[in-house]
Amino acid sequence: MENKGRRKELQVSAIENGTVIDHIPAMNLFQVLRLLNLEGFENQITFGTNLDSQKYGKKGIIKVSDKFFKAEEINKIALFAPTATLIEIRDYQVVEKKKVEIPDELVNMVKCFNPLCITNHEQMITRFSVIDKKELKVQCRYCEKIMEKDDMVFL
Amino acid sequence: MNPLTNRSLVSICDFNTEEQLSILDMAEDFEKNPNQDLLKGYVVATLFFEPSTRTRLSFDSAASRLGARVIGFSESSSSSVSKGETLKDTILTVSNYSDIIVMRHPKEGSARYASEVSPVPIVNAGDGANQHPTQCLLDLYSIRKTQGRLEGINIAFVGDLKYGRTVHSLVIALCNHGATFHLVSPPALQLPEFIKWHIRSNNLTYREYEELDQVLSFADIIYMTRVQRERFADPIEYEKVKNAYVLRSEMLGDTKNNLRIMHPLPRVNEISQDVDESEKAYYFHQALNGVYIRQAILTSILGAK
Repeated sequence: MENKGRRKELQVSAIENGTVIDHIPAMNLFQVLRLLNLEGFENQITFGTNLDSQKYGKKGIIKVSDKFFKAEEINKIALFAPTATLIEIRDYQVVEKKKVEIPDELVNMVKCFNPLCITNHEQMITRFSVIDKKELKVQCRYCEKIMEKDDMVFL
Repeated sequence: MNPLTNRSLVSICDFNTEEQLSILDMAEDFEKNPNQDLLKGYVVATLFFEPSTRTRLSFDSAASRLGARVIGFSESSSSSVSKGETLKDTILTVSNYSDIIVMRHPKEGSARYASEVSPVPIVNAGDGANQHPTQCLLDLYSIRKTQGRLEGINIAFVGDLKYGRTVHSLVIALCNHGATFHLVSPPALQLPEFIKWHIRSNNLTYREYEELDQVLSFADIIYMTRVQRERFADPIEYEKVKNAYVLRSEMLGDTKNNLRIMHPLPRVNEISQDVDESEKAYYFHQALNGVYIRQAILTSILGAK
């Protein structure tokens, strides 16, 4: 079984040191790349999408060499890739595997969809409490409006 | 020390039930004896970034009756906002000149933000369509005063229940007192689902109606609101309902003796003027109660009693 899993992972070439983000829903791969701000990143990045996944049918994967993400950086992607697994690699070996978690609060990650909200008129940090992690509903700390996933625009 | 000292009041939920009742009790004392020099030497700033006659004057009146000095502006054109100053800068500057800031602002969430940047407490006197907690407290005061209790009231909310912020806050506050809610509105202006969810999660009951006369015979309180034309995308829909939620004196015949009619004011035509003569009309007295409630809020937050 282990060998089979390893072969699948190698659909995108292995890295020596860095982070592998696996089990990204295939359709959201490019969104995740954008969220992690990888466009201007100079390290080696490989990614693939529409790869076969036993668990999810199709999946996306991103491998970033020599980069280890902080929890607050990586938890951003939980909104688009709640199934994602984070794998830290050192010297071609997996040293840590963890699931991404939807944070209890989204700090300066998304824009409030309410045009009358003060956050859209002052230079200030947006804050939303996550009131439903399953359906992804968040409430603006300021205008108190409840926003759903489809209304979210990332900062 | 008063547990509300130095606390901001942005949303009704910022004060728990016990704290809300302490404001009501203190307001009762001010009703008996409104002129007391408890706030002599204090400066109250009233910053009204949009005009509001009733709320501003009642805060001014409350502060004046307590001996405080009042500074501020009544519209943003007479402040630095018209020069492009940010809300943060205005609040930080005014907090140098005052002990408490009462503010009304057209943007939703502005009061919460102000309370985060201000070194002095903020009292929200309305932030757009979001919160207006002092109105909610004066509504609670009016209900308790006219009914002799807050518990187990049959209250009918009539008109625009979707956008009416006073309705939302009052429903949430009354959920702590076992009310039964009767919701009378056109289908397009029904109470939002998250407020109904709040009622259900408190194991309380609400019923929805489209006709005002369906609730007249059993209501203890009828809380009227204005149905505004701008809330309707289709003007034909507005024309259909604009006269459907008008209370007239002849409709009061078969109502309970203890019924009182409330309205956050200003009214347009939703309560006809002949109702004003009825002893069941309470809306002007309700506005007077606002002064006592605001006296209690200022006094509690400034820790003067």
